[in-house]
Amino acid sequence: MLIKILGPGCANCAALEHATHAALAQLGWQAAVEHVTDYAAIAGYGVMSTPALVVDEQVLLTGRVPQAGQLADLLAAHTQQ
Amino acid sequence: MTARDSAAPGVQPPATPRGRVRRVVALGLAALVWAGALLVNEPTWDRVVYHWGGLSAATRWGSAVHFFLTDIVKIILLLVGIIFVVTVLRSYITLERTRALLGGRREGVGNVMAAGLGVATPFCSCSAVPAFIGFVAAGVPLGVTLSFLIASPLVNEVAVVLLYGLFGFKIAALYVTSGLLIAIGAGWLLGRMRLERYVEGFVFTTTLRGQPVPPGTALSFTDRMRLGREEVAIILRKIWPYLLAGITLGAIIHGWVPEAFFVRYAGSDNPFAPLVAVAIGVPLYSNAAGILPLIEALHAKGLATGTLLAFMMSTVALSLPEMILLRRVLKPPLLAIFTAVVAAAILATGYLFNAIL
Repeated sequence: MLIKILGPGCANCAALEHATHAALAQLGWQAAVEHVTDYAAIAGYGVMSTPALVVDEQVLLTGRVPQAGQLADLLAAHTQQ
Repeated sequence: MTARDSAAPGVQPPATPRGRVRRVVALGLAALVWAGALLVNEPTWDRVVYHWGGLSAATRWGSAVHFFLTDIVKIILLLVGIIFVVTVLRSYITLERTRALLGGRREGVGNVMAAGLGVATPFCSCSAVPAFIGFVAAGVPLGVTLSFLIASPLVNEVAVVLLYGLFGFKIAALYVTSGLLIAIGAGWLLGRMRLERYVEGFVFTTTLRGQPVPPGTALSFTDRMRLGREEVAIILRKIWPYLLAGITLGAIIHGWVPEAFFVRYAGSDNPFAPLVAVAIGVPLYSNAAGILPLIEALHAKGLATGTLLAFMMSTVALSLPEMILLRRVLKPPLLAIFTAVVAAAILATGYLFNAIL
């Protein structure tokens, strides 16, 4: 699983990365978490409000930072598909 | 973790009637406490400062301390209420939906819609660049996109409700109307100038792939309430230094600057006053909450309304940090023309209000 955090580096982007690590720890999963800060790349995903969460090249979340528990549910639901 | 927390996203937790009643009652109580605090604020400080504190309203210290305490409590109460309500309401609108509404609009109608949507759409300046790329790459005309980017910070809820709370309905309505007209007019004019060649090339070549998930779809009522509370904390944490500086400066002006001082130098009979106000305001960065206590104190000293509104608009709408962000997508000539057109529109508004008020 490859997780990307999209965002130019604002406080919310760091908060989302933090929440993602917490969610992964809750699930007991290992995954690479990358940071995408390039504006063209961010826009390429069709994302306009940052921060955004991309898992295996699929946008799961834009424009907000959920709680770690909600994030864990989102990741679990994604892998079940 | 409770069962409710672990409900799958998109599936609303089963709302029991009792839980819903309890939430509505809690919200209602919070609203009552809020309104009550706002009502007793000034009488309380009258009593504390003038009665218990033994300071006279006629002395400099008395009026300055009273201004400081009354304003700081009033502004924080107003901010908490407004930000919470607006964040919850805005969680129903997304940038993606706004773009879909604006795509394929002609200029003119598009500019009017963009200005209106700029006010309603949740938007933070850190998203300005991705939003700009997303709009332009999806075929929203440049001028329409700029109308959106001008209206969004200029007519923001914090500014409008604080204006209403501190100055009353007339000034707040004037501000909203002129702010929207500036966004529509400046965006339309910039669109007419055919400035697309000054937009960084990668904006047009960016291909939009993927199906972004609209952030509003999976939110429960509890989520929206949580977003509202978090936004209040985030904004207060961000603006408190500005707020404190603004209110302190306002209190000093209130207590120590003589009436005639500003009227002589920046009254409505000084034709250069709005020009100076805008020249100072453009590079200056503050948000509405920091600048308004200052404006209130200056207003009380007889400064012309148009001059004050022009000063406030130029600090809120144009700032150096925003220019640096936008430089990533706009080449310097467009950035310069953008700043000049918006500043000129604000200046014209200042002169207009000084003339008619």
